[in-house]
Amino acid sequence: MVTSIIRRLFQALFVVLAMTVIVFIGVSVIGNPVDILINPDANQVERARVIAHYGLDEPLWKQYFIFLRGLAQGDFGDSFVYGRPALGLILERLPATLELAIAALGIAIVVGLPLGLYAGLYPSRISSRTIMTGSILGFSLPTFWVGLMLIMIFSVELGWLPTNGRGPTLEFLGGQWSFLTSDGLRHLLLPALNLALFKTSLILRLTRAGVQEVLPQDYIKFARAKGLRERRVIAVHVLKNLMIPVVTIVGLEFGSLIAFSVVTESIFAWPGMGKLIIDSINLLDRPVIVAYLMIMVLLFVVLNFVIDICYTILDPRVRLDSKA
Amino acid sequence: MTTPLLSVSNLVTEFGGEKGASGLKAVNDVSFKVERGRVLGLVGESGSGKSVTGFSVMRLLERPGRIASGQIIFDGVDLARLSNEEMRQIRGKRIAMVFQDPMMTLNPVLTIETQMVEAVRAHDQVSKTIARQRARDALGLVGIPSPEERLSSYPHQFSGGMRQRVVIAIALLHKPELIIADEPTTALDVTIQSQIISEFQKLTEESDTAVIWITHDLAIVSRLADDIAVMYAGRLVESGPVSSVLTDPKHPYTAGLIASVPSRNRRGVPLRQIPGMTPAITMLPKGCSFRTRCDRATDECLVVPPLFPQQERFVRCFHPVMKAMT
Repeated sequence: MVTSIIRRLFQALFVVLAMTVIVFIGVSVIGNPVDILINPDANQVERARVIAHYGLDEPLWKQYFIFLRGLAQGDFGDSFVYGRPALGLILERLPATLELAIAALGIAIVVGLPLGLYAGLYPSRISSRTIMTGSILGFSLPTFWVGLMLIMIFSVELGWLPTNGRGPTLEFLGGQWSFLTSDGLRHLLLPALNLALFKTSLILRLTRAGVQEVLPQDYIKFARAKGLRERRVIAVHVLKNLMIPVVTIVGLEFGSLIAFSVVTESIFAWPGMGKLIIDSINLLDRPVIVAYLMIMVLLFVVLNFVIDICYTILDPRVRLDSKA
Repeated sequence: MTTPLLSVSNLVTEFGGEKGASGLKAVNDVSFKVERGRVLGLVGESGSGKSVTGFSVMRLLERPGRIASGQIIFDGVDLARLSNEEMRQIRGKRIAMVFQDPMMTLNPVLTIETQMVEAVRAHDQVSKTIARQRARDALGLVGIPSPEERLSSYPHQFSGGMRQRVVIAIALLHKPELIIADEPTTALDVTIQSQIISEFQKLTEESDTAVIWITHDLAIVSRLADDIAVMYAGRLVESGPVSSVLTDPKHPYTAGLIASVPSRNRRGVPLRQIPGMTPAITMLPKGCSFRTRCDRATDECLVVPPLFPQQERFVRCFHPVMKAMT
């Protein structure tokens, strides 16, 4: 176990390093930030001064090594736009995105898992068919449209919930969180629902498919032949086998929720990382883009590792010690 | 004669078809009896309905399978009429089941301990510690070395034979009156097969447990069973004491089955086969289902023959074989 964790850490280090190269080169080719940053009226001397100030006069490889040196010290460089450390800028926005993602995933699990279980156990019931049809809608309706509709219905027509922003926040663990205030929660509800819709459908369909795969297995029949109550057969024998694919997807989807909640954050003007990264790309704010992408890489590496550990807990046939 | 422990009469199990409409009859008008402490060998080819018969008795049919008619009297109670909860209390407690493939029977993600303790506690309200002790003792009984440590193992850490021993241990936990064994040795090596059979025989004899041994292997039946019931295409074609049926088969199908088993007495003679194939249940021939493969068939066979009593036996044939085949 310990050796495999150490091996994993090294693998992660290489992934991160490889990503720095790709990200750095990729960001360099999408455009020259100087054109946006500098007042078009500025003269040549002024231009040269600003370019030198951001270190953009060096060749790319040298810029890369300067960046690596900074990275080793935990410094992603200062944002061109805000003039503050890029990392701090992102971490400031992290709680907003994090609470949105967790709320959305929570809704998706709480709704998707039981409904999927029901639809899998009683596939021929009309209610199950309704659930499955609904999940197709959840899959195929575009997020931005659903977001707009939610705002239309619940904010504009009914006036129940606010249209945008985070509402009042409270300090907790060094970040600002909306879910700690009741008004903040009201602000959180619509974007979380919007983001959860697709994930709910996904978990629902995955759960149903899992149930239908596990139910005909001999070990379920044998569990019944032992005289176990139906509740135990479902809650222990079916559910534990079912959790293996579900945990994988939930883990990966959590990563993608954090990384790609851009659309929802834009529609609800939710000041999270997604909005920051879109603004930064528009302004070619290189250090912020690079820092953001690095954090996402790290997030996925960590998530994958956590999923693997969950696997060994759920499925005894998987052992980390065996050759990966 | 005492009243039998299990008496199945005119059992029909259908797949599909409901509310008046009839579905496919996987088990068609099957009747047999099992006395306490006796072993019934239920024999037939794949698709003959023998496993479905076993699952019907356990009431573990998967949808759309259902018992359409008939009685399953177990110790004076008709199992077909019991509520689900009443049936649950019998399952595992008074009637246990052993499945064909031990690789598939145990849940791969739960420890043996979990799977045994839950089986104990499904019927007896005892503490986990006591349930664990009973599980350990049961493992010891079926010949699993160091049962204490093995309890915390997972199924994949056992070999096939050991797994089947675990399954048998689970089946024996509540000292059931009847065990339905659905080809429990088919998936095992021949050497292991023979060990498991001896073990099984010993344990059921000691506790006077009745057994329905479902198999296609006549050799096992001849060694293990007291009575035999032969099924073909969902119907019982012949039944009676093993010794007389195997030495003097009356139904042409039974005779054909026996003739197709290699024997030392027929060395050098080409092995006989039954011509043709088992008909699919969706397109059974009219009348006797075996008619199309039978060299004794006549126009009379266009009607389904009844079960003719012959001394202590039953044969479903208008033209039973008269002499023993050699």
